[in-house]
Amino acid sequence: MAPLEELTESYLVARDDSAFQSELTALLRNFAGRPTSLFFAERLTQHAGGAKIYLKREDLLHTGAHKINNTLGQVLLARRMNKQRIIAETGAGQHGVATATVCALFGLQCIVYMGAEDMRRQSLNVFRMQLLGAEVREVKAGSQTLKDAINEALRDWVTNVADTYYLLGSALGPHPYPLMVRDFQSVIGQEAREQILKFEGRLPDLLIACVGGGSNSIGLFHPFLNDESVQMVGVEAGGKGSLLGEHAARFNAGGGGRPGVLQGTMSYVLQDDHGQVATTHSVSAGLDYPSIGPEHAFLHDAKRVTYDSVSDTEALNAFQLLAQLEGIIPALESSHAVAHALKVAGKMKSEDVVIVNLSGRGDKDVNTVREYLES
Amino acid sequence: MGRITEAFEELKTSGRKGFIPYVTAGDPDLTTTEAILLELANAGATVIELGVPFSDPMADGPVIQRASERALKHQFGLDEIFKMVARVRRQSSTPIILFSYFNPLLQFGIERVAKMSREVGVDGVLVTDLTPEEAESFYRALRANDLDMIFLVAPTSTDARLELIAKKASGFIYAVSRAGVTGTRDSVSVEAERLVSRVRNFSKLPIAVGFGISNREQVGDVQRYADAVVVGSAIVHEIERLAGEQDIPQKVGAFVRDLLPEAVQV
Repeated sequence: MAPLEELTESYLVARDDSAFQSELTALLRNFAGRPTSLFFAERLTQHAGGAKIYLKREDLLHTGAHKINNTLGQVLLARRMNKQRIIAETGAGQHGVATATVCALFGLQCIVYMGAEDMRRQSLNVFRMQLLGAEVREVKAGSQTLKDAINEALRDWVTNVADTYYLLGSALGPHPYPLMVRDFQSVIGQEAREQILKFEGRLPDLLIACVGGGSNSIGLFHPFLNDESVQMVGVEAGGKGSLLGEHAARFNAGGGGRPGVLQGTMSYVLQDDHGQVATTHSVSAGLDYPSIGPEHAFLHDAKRVTYDSVSDTEALNAFQLLAQLEGIIPALESSHAVAHALKVAGKMKSEDVVIVNLSGRGDKDVNTVREYLES
Repeated sequence: MGRITEAFEELKTSGRKGFIPYVTAGDPDLTTTEAILLELANAGATVIELGVPFSDPMADGPVIQRASERALKHQFGLDEIFKMVARVRRQSSTPIILFSYFNPLLQFGIERVAKMSREVGVDGVLVTDLTPEEAESFYRALRANDLDMIFLVAPTSTDARLELIAKKASGFIYAVSRAGVTGTRDSVSVEAERLVSRVRNFSKLPIAVGFGISNREQVGDVQRYADAVVVGSAIVHEIERLAGEQDIPQKVGAFVRDLLPEAVQV
């Protein structure tokens, strides 16, 4: 607990420090490439035949996903705390790459824990991390995915806490991580809000984002939470079926998700009758996690955000459709959000406005998709 | 006075130090665990820590992680663990505490955990991932059933936290020898001794030291300054090594007797 208290204290001081914020803002602009564009997807809109669909292009960021927003914020914090050794977990590898990148930028040692199964399906990202000078440690425990990588990173952190900063990549884990990650990712929603007001002269009707741990979605949603007219949908991984172990849809009724405690957070957890955490399945490694950030659990119970799921197949179809209609290859994670947009936009009016968070690009997924198409 | 307090009082009277072995329930199976618990009691355990297996044992090193995996293959729940403790209670009065992650207890129902514990003769509960700030309702359920709540303290714990924990703890306080996860280590750090003396500023409870203690020399060294020593991974590793052999409980009993310096052998 002492390290978490130290981290909370350091973060709250940094958050109110204008020097910290302006250094972060400059890095987001000059290094990461913010602001990202809000792009009107005209052919996708025609295809869906209803609401206007805008894409928030987080895929255009340096390293290819929204993860860099958070890693830049946290690495600045680690420097303020004089920690020289950075550890991180990664699922799809996007957070690992983003962490390896900022560590290279600041000359810090970087160790990334990654499940063996994820290393197999995201081998390109493993190599990218190594090119950036990071050490990738294979985790063979449990389901060999993101959850197990987090366990291993937590074990490392409690063992080496004096010189080590744990750079957690999603809006989960113990406090202050969910708060901190949300704050760093909220730049997505802040920009999107300004951009849509400029383009459309009004707020959007619907926001859609995929939800694994929940960092890109909370980043988009949070700045709109007080705008009552704006509806929001978080899209979970429906995987290949509705039985426990076949999906990662924590909020699906009858899917095995209910409140529980995992990795220092109380939230919805996919689990069996004895409270053992279930294995999950998704074609996208970044959504393949049995729990969800605690703020999403709150927004779900408060009925402010709706959660739905799309299957592997629907996501893979959306992946190909976006590539062919808009010339954008989305990450498989983000393809879940696109797939949901395709389902609902056609039922909306043509003057309605939808923003889909395109949280990452799909270069890393090309092999997975090829395997699927050839099988 | 609970069985744990009684056990420590008895040690004090006779000028001896305590020994607290840990095993994971269901490793290699529940029937063997039952026999091992009786062996541990016969070997002179002051208190026995009975681990509740969990799918995500983030505070444990590889040895206890593997024990959890072996146990979970049998797909039992807390119900079966309580039934086993009830059987052990017919033959032994050695105090038993559950050593668990919070989620299996939460899903079983914290009131039910407390009630069943009392019914079958579990004496206390230690929850590795429940902080004192979040422990209030579970704490009340345990107290209402005269059960002890055991807390972990670490060298990184601030004085403010030691004070907070001292207010809630009963039975004994478990001091973690150094920052990190469970598992055997070559040496027990000097940090442990410093931590024990810091805890004594806030609490009169007996203090047990654990994490990384794996041989007779280390046991003797820790017993010099702490009231009891906890040995977990070394015993679990022995259980793993004995896989498939006959008479595992007796062999574990012999292994444990070997860990004890002459002075505490019964």
